[in-house]
Amino acid sequence: MSSVPTNVPSVAPDVGPDVTPDAARDRGAGRGRRRELQAAPKSARTKAEARLGWWLAGPAFVIMVAVIFYPVLQALWDSLFSYRLTAPDEREFIGLQNYATILTDGVFWSALGVTALITVITVFVELILGFILAMVMHKAIKSTRGLVRTVILVPYGIITVVSAFAWYYMFSIDSGYVNNWLSWVPGFDDQLNWFAQGGTALFVIMFSEIWKTTPFISLLLLAGLAQVPEDLSEAAAVDGANWWQRLWRVILPNMKAAIMVAVLFRALDAFRVFDSIFIMTNGAYGTEVLSLLAYRTSIGRLEIGLGSAISVVLFLLVGLIALIAVKGFNVDLAGGRGGRK
Amino acid sequence: MSTSTEALTPDEVEGQKRARRARRNTTIGWWVITIVIAVWCLFPVASILSTSFKTPGELANGRFFPDNPSFVNYEEILVGDSRELFLSALRNSIGIAVIATLIAVVLATLCAYAIARLNFPGKKAVLTVSLMVSMFPVISLVTPLFNMWRTLGLYDTWPGLIIPYLSLTLPISIWTLAAFFQQIPWELEQAAQVDGATPLQAFRKVIVPLAAPGVFTTAIIAFFIAWNDFVYGISLTSTEAARPVPAALAFFTGASQFESPTGAISAAAIIVTIPVVLLVMLFQKQIVAGLTSGAVKG
Repeated sequence: MSSVPTNVPSVAPDVGPDVTPDAARDRGAGRGRRRELQAAPKSARTKAEARLGWWLAGPAFVIMVAVIFYPVLQALWDSLFSYRLTAPDEREFIGLQNYATILTDGVFWSALGVTALITVITVFVELILGFILAMVMHKAIKSTRGLVRTVILVPYGIITVVSAFAWYYMFSIDSGYVNNWLSWVPGFDDQLNWFAQGGTALFVIMFSEIWKTTPFISLLLLAGLAQVPEDLSEAAAVDGANWWQRLWRVILPNMKAAIMVAVLFRALDAFRVFDSIFIMTNGAYGTEVLSLLAYRTSIGRLEIGLGSAISVVLFLLVGLIALIAVKGFNVDLAGGRGGRK
Repeated sequence: MSTSTEALTPDEVEGQKRARRARRNTTIGWWVITIVIAVWCLFPVASILSTSFKTPGELANGRFFPDNPSFVNYEEILVGDSRELFLSALRNSIGIAVIATLIAVVLATLCAYAIARLNFPGKKAVLTVSLMVSMFPVISLVTPLFNMWRTLGLYDTWPGLIIPYLSLTLPISIWTLAAFFQQIPWELEQAAQVDGATPLQAFRKVIVPLAAPGVFTTAIIAFFIAWNDFVYGISLTSTEAARPVPAALAFFTGASQFESPTGAISAAAIIVTIPVVLLVMLFQKQIVAGLTSGAVKG
C-alpha cells in the first residue's frame, strides 16, 4: 500500500521501490503539474488547496487530538495528586509518590508479568496459525476460497465479550462439557475447575484471545503474501528448492514488512487485554493484568490519582513497545502495512 | 492447539500437489482443510448457541447438546424479567454504534480524500496522529474521561460513549479510506476540474460515487469496532440509559439471585451475534479487501 505513504516521507522513509504504477502516474501527471505551480511563489491555487485540505482533514484531526491528548494531559496531571473521589476535599499534591507506590507494589509487577506472558504467547501462536490461515486463503481453490474467508471473518466480527463467554461456558465446571470430552485422557481429572488456578485459567483466556484475533493477523499476512512475486517462488522451484526452502528463503523474507506490522499491532492489542479476563476470572488467581488493575483502581476504588498513574505507566509501556519495534526492527509502519498491489 | 497440527496438512498437501496427486484428491484435500477451519472458527458460536437452548436444569448436563431444546432463555430476555435490561442495552448498542460509525465515516471520508488527493502542510501530522491514536491503550483514557464526563454531565449518556468511540473508529477509517481513494483514477477528477468544476464539486460528483464501495466497507469495519467495545461501555455508564450490550452482558444476573444467568447471557449473545454473521456473509469480499488494503487494527 505504497499509495498513502508515498506522500509522507518521514513516516515511510524509503518509498522508492514501493511506488506502484498508479502512484507513479499520479506523480507524473497530477502532482507534476502541481509542483510547477508550487515553484511559483505561493500561487492562489496552492493556498486554496492547502485551505481546502485543512477544511476536510481538520474535523477528524481535531476530534482525535481532543479525545486522546486532552485526557492524557489530564491523567498526567491527576497522577501527581493523592485524589480519591470518595474524599475529594483531601486532594493533595504529592509529586511522583503515586508512581513510587505503583513501582514498589508486587501487584503491579505481577500484573505486568502476566500481561507480558499473554502478549508473547498469544502473538507467537497467532503468528503461526495466522500464517497458515493466510496460506490457505491465498492458495485455496476457487470453490472453497469464499467459504474459508467467510468463516474466518466470523471470529473477527464477534464481540470479544461474547467470545469470552462462549469459551468460559465450555470450560466452566457448572455448565461446561470440556471436562467430559477430555475424561479419556490418562491422568486428567474430570473435576478440574479451570478457573480456580492461574495456569489453567490463563490457558483458557489465551485460547479465547487466539481464537478471536487470529483472523485479523491472518488478513494482514494475506496482504503480505499477495506482495510476494509469484515468479520468484516459481523460479526457486525450478532451481530445485523444496517447499520448505521456498518458504524460508523466498516467501518469508519478501513479506517481512507485513509480518512486522502484524506483530506490532497485535502485540499492542494483546498488551491491552481486558475483556476476556474481566469475564472469565476478573483478575482472580493471578490472572490480573495491567488494564484490569487500572480499571479496578480508578473505576472500582475511585482512586483517581493512583489509577491515573497506572494509566500513564501503561501508556508509556505501549509507547515503548511501539518505539522499540519501529526503531529496533525497522518497521516501516506506513509502507509495510497492507501492501496491496 | 490441536488445530495447528491438523491445519499443517494443507501445507503438506500443497507441497505434494505439484508432484503426483490427482486433481480430484487436491479438491478433496481443500475441502477437508476448509471444513477443519470452519469448525475451528464456528465452534464457539455453535457452543454458545447450544447453551442458549438449555434449560437451567440442563446446564450442568456435561454435554454439548441440550437434552430438550427450549426457548426459555430467549423468552426470558425478550418478553420475561430481563426484557428491559436486554432490550435497552440492545437499543443503546445499536444507536451508539451506528451514530459513532456515521460520524467517523463522514469525517474520515473528508480527511482521507484530503490526504489522498490534496497537497497541504501537516498532512503527515494527520496520518501520524491517527496511527498514534490507533495504538493508544483505551484503558489509559478511561480514568480521565470518567472524571471529566462526571463534571461535564456526559457520564452515562449516549454522547459520553459516542465521543470516545470516535477515537476507536476514526483512525482505521482514515487509513482504510485513504488506501481506497488511492485506487480511484485521479484523471477523472482532473477532467472534471478542467471542465470547470471546483475541487469540491469534483469531489462530490466524481469521487464520491467511485468511492462509495470503499466508504461502505469502512463503515462495516468501524461498526464492528464500536459494536465490540467493552472497556468504555462498563466504565462510562452506570444504568440502562446508555449501557451497551457487551457491558450489560457482564452485569447480567439471573431471574432470581439463585439462578445462574448462563442461559440468558447465551441467548443474548446469540442475538447480538446474528447481525455480525449476516454482515460477514453478505460482504465477505468487501471486508477482506478493506482489512487487507489499509487496515491498522481490528
